[in-house]
Amino acid sequence: MADIDIRAVHKSYGKTKTLHGVDLSFASGEFVVILGPSGCGKSTLLRMIAGLEEITAGEIAINGRIVNTLEPRERGCAMVFQNYALYPHMTVAGNIGYALKVAGVPKAERDRRIEETAKIVGLSDYLTRRPAALSGGQRQRVAMARAIIREPKVFLFDEPLSNLDAKLRVTMRAEIRKLHQRLSATSVFVTHDQVEAMTLADKLVVMNKGHVEQVGQPLDIYHRPASVFVASFIGSPAMNLFETRVETGAATVRFGGAQVPIDGALAAQLRGKDIIVGIRPEQCVVVQPGNGVSAKVDFVEELGSGRVVHAEIDGQPFAAVIGEEMRVRPGDRISLELPPSQLHVFDRDSGRRIEFEAVPRAPQNAAEAPVLAIVE
Amino acid sequence: MIQRTPFADTFTYVLMALGFVLLIGPFIVILAGASQTLQQVNSVPFRFVPQDHLLENAAAAWSRASLGTAMMNSLIMASLVTVGKVALSACTAFAIVFFRTPLKHFFFWMVFITLMLPLEVRVVPTYAVAADLFQPFRLLIAALTGIEVSVEWNLLNSYAGLTLPLIATATGTFLYRQFFMTLPDELAEAARMDGSGPARFFFDMLLPLSRTNMLALTTIMFVYGWNQYLWPLLMITDPAYKTTMMSLVALLPSENGTPDWNVTLAGSLIIMAPPLIVVAVLQRWFIRGLVATEK
Amino acid sequence: MDKRAVFKSWWLPILFALPQIALILLFFYWPAVAVMRWAFTLEPPFGGAAEFVGWANFQDVFADPFYWNSVGVSLIFAFCGTASTIVVGLVLALAVDRQLPGSGLFRFLYILPYAIAGPAAGMAFRFILSPERGLMASVNAVFPDFWNPAKYGSHALVLVIVIFAWKWAGYTFIFLLAGLQSVPRALTEAAAMDGAGPIRRAVDIQIPMLAPTLFFLLVIMMTEGFVGADTFGIVHHTTGGGPNHGTEVMVFRIVDEAFKGLNYSGASAQSIVLIGLIMVFTFIQFRFIEKRVHYK
Ligand SMILES: Nc1ncnc2c1ncn2[C@@H]1O[C@H](COP(=O)(O)OP(=O)(O)O)[C@@H](O)[C@H]1O
Ligand SMILES: [Mg+2]
Repeated sequence: MADIDIRAVHKSYGKTKTLHGVDLSFASGEFVVILGPSGCGKSTLLRMIAGLEEITAGEIAINGRIVNTLEPRERGCAMVFQNYALYPHMTVAGNIGYALKVAGVPKAERDRRIEETAKIVGLSDYLTRRPAALSGGQRQRVAMARAIIREPKVFLFDEPLSNLDAKLRVTMRAEIRKLHQRLSATSVFVTHDQVEAMTLADKLVVMNKGHVEQVGQPLDIYHRPASVFVASFIGSPAMNLFETRVETGAATVRFGGAQVPIDGALAAQLRGKDIIVGIRPEQCVVVQPGNGVSAKVDFVEELGSGRVVHAEIDGQPFAAVIGEEMRVRPGDRISLELPPSQLHVFDRDSGRRIEFEAVPRAPQNAAEAPVLAIVE
Repeated sequence: MIQRTPFADTFTYVLMALGFVLLIGPFIVILAGASQTLQQVNSVPFRFVPQDHLLENAAAAWSRASLGTAMMNSLIMASLVTVGKVALSACTAFAIVFFRTPLKHFFFWMVFITLMLPLEVRVVPTYAVAADLFQPFRLLIAALTGIEVSVEWNLLNSYAGLTLPLIATATGTFLYRQFFMTLPDELAEAARMDGSGPARFFFDMLLPLSRTNMLALTTIMFVYGWNQYLWPLLMITDPAYKTTMMSLVALLPSENGTPDWNVTLAGSLIIMAPPLIVVAVLQRWFIRGLVATEK
Repeated sequence: MDKRAVFKSWWLPILFALPQIALILLFFYWPAVAVMRWAFTLEPPFGGAAEFVGWANFQDVFADPFYWNSVGVSLIFAFCGTASTIVVGLVLALAVDRQLPGSGLFRFLYILPYAIAGPAAGMAFRFILSPERGLMASVNAVFPDFWNPAKYGSHALVLVIVIFAWKWAGYTFIFLLAGLQSVPRALTEAAAMDGAGPIRRAVDIQIPMLAPTLFFLLVIMMTEGFVGADTFGIVHHTTGGGPNHGTEVMVFRIVDEAFKGLNYSGASAQSIVLIGLIMVFTFIQFRFIEKRVHYK
């Protein structure tokens, strides 16, 4: 159990800057997920916590102690790598127990703890095998066991599930979550997969290009994305975004040849300004022709529980989720209403969210819950 | 691929048989000659069928060229070269690959350049160094302090002299380096997270993982060491240190004496046997080593 | 070229590299410096400090017809040796790569000559290709003096080239076979679908795909022919550079000059010329390897 403080941390490799001042703090026992597209610096940040990467500027403290100059072994962190990094020439038992061996734990105790740990991850029958003779899921478990056995204060995971097939990924996700409940060590989990992030996180950190875009609870981030980047990155199908300008005469914006009403107070505040408006596909409502915004259907994706209509408005792609009972075909025209309370508004220059008081947005019924499960 | 190509197949076999005659034929001649009597071996035309005098010819060759000592010396020399190269190369490659220090590039180039100049072209000065090991240090001390010291130590007629200059090249280092570069970065990182320091990582991870490479390097270095010719010729004057390659001369029939080529061939067969056995029995590793060190 | 995972210690890498670095300094760099020094100085015959003589040693070397003879011999030796090893290796590799039943045995056998030391092979071939006995005696009985390496320099040169080719054919064979096996199977299969027979496929598909390997072997074998350990060993033990300087390759002459003639300066000057030659080869090889990396 330990809290982690990351203060104004910068990282550069030679001349290229990878992290531009990251400030984060994680509470003890929290399960933190760092989410971001590939190359945004997630691994770099994680590896700096682990002590595998030099900190160019700023400081990292674990349990109040600044660890910038400490060796990995002195930081009390354990790490699970994306490719597992098992020691190929050692048996499963050897892999799991290596840290104890290095630490000079006597053989008898080591064996006992190896047994114990193997039991937790369900590997008791495989202790004498080599990694090459294990399946992907089993290797993953060995990697976890290797981390668990050290009873670390902090668990670090670098995309540990991305080499597994979709089904196993779901299982392992649940197991990691269970494990966390059991050990309740602070965990930092890096991923580029938003489903993983949403389902695992107590606290979600969204990163982009070496900056932290937003920190918060997963649902908060989903419902109030702090920037255009977060809005487009989280949620599947992705949020529709379009550039427009607030009319000077009315509380509307122009979109697809129609006037889309927006929140009155907001309109008053932003009159004549360039903004970006976003709406999630599942919040669009199909209405009678003649109302709302007219869209030309390109193709329809069946999801089983519903359909995603991929349409075109103003020459831009636009997605909407519709019910099973509706029949649409490519080439059809449909009309969509964009409820003002469901709109997200961003400043066009900075890409930051513009808050406004509207009807509370938290979903009260299941129908409105984010359709995240469908991507599995 | 199903293909019926009787003509091409026959032609292929003819080529392979021809290759057999060219490359293995000489071995058959050696074996045949080595097992014949003096008359048989000198008869024209030559008979390619081995006879049953191999052992007595071999015994004659053994005593004529004192092959007992020579074989022992060659074995010691080849083993020392092998062990030295295998061990030192692993250490150097480790230093070059796994550390972040400016010296790393310096070491790399320093070792790399030795690939360019085989012993044969720098044999004269290398000999001079081996004959007077402390000359560089004497010169250095004289240049620095002006004091002429007179310590001398030469490596002539010693195993050190036979082997050390041969160990001082880079082939093995590059074999290891190639291999170390293929290991995922995470392996060392995982070991670090597990609390292992660099030395421990070297012994616990790298060495066990390099086993195949070591075996490959061992085979080629053994053959390399056994087959050294020029260097022993220069370094050794004392018969007690003679290697097999040097005893070849003693095996030759004398200019105007009996042309007992059967004994000569039997002797050469004995000398050829150890590397031949290594290449035959460990061929898989030998080839792997060859291909890996040249790339 | 760098790995990411690195340990932070300044003394440990030095400690690990030290043994080899020390050996290299002592037995490589110091001699390399000495070669330079000797090539430009001359030791007076009756002792005393060596004096700087500039390019005089080189001028002496270049004025010596025997030196140019050795250059010629080395060129012929390296070219013919390289050409024959590569041709034999290529033909055999193409044959074995067809993977007919039994070709595994041939593959195993072809590599064996490479285990044999040059001088040992040389001694055996002195018998095998002797003019008085064995195969060539029968030929000589019909055409007297058709083959006599003890008498004719050119015959002796052929002899040492044959020995060199015999030993090294297996080596080129290994690399060419490896090269052939890395040609995607789909490629030859596509050609077969297009109706190309085995020989057409070899000429049109496989040999062009081998170009990098062939080039690599060309450089390696030329270097080997000029300065390889075997080159010296074969010549020294088979013909002793004779008859009449007919097989006196450059390395042989250097060693002879230094240890028989005790002319260190001349030998060093010759070494430097040879080193320059190897550097050219190595440079070519590097340019080529660099290019090959760019293919990917
Ligand atoms: N050792 C390195 N040297 C140079 N650049 C690096 C190094 N490691 C990572 N980078 C760069 O830093 C950026 C962030 O990398 P990383 O943290 O691995 O991203 P990710 O979010 O996908 O895990 C990338 O653009 C990458 O190219
Ligand atoms: Mg990453």
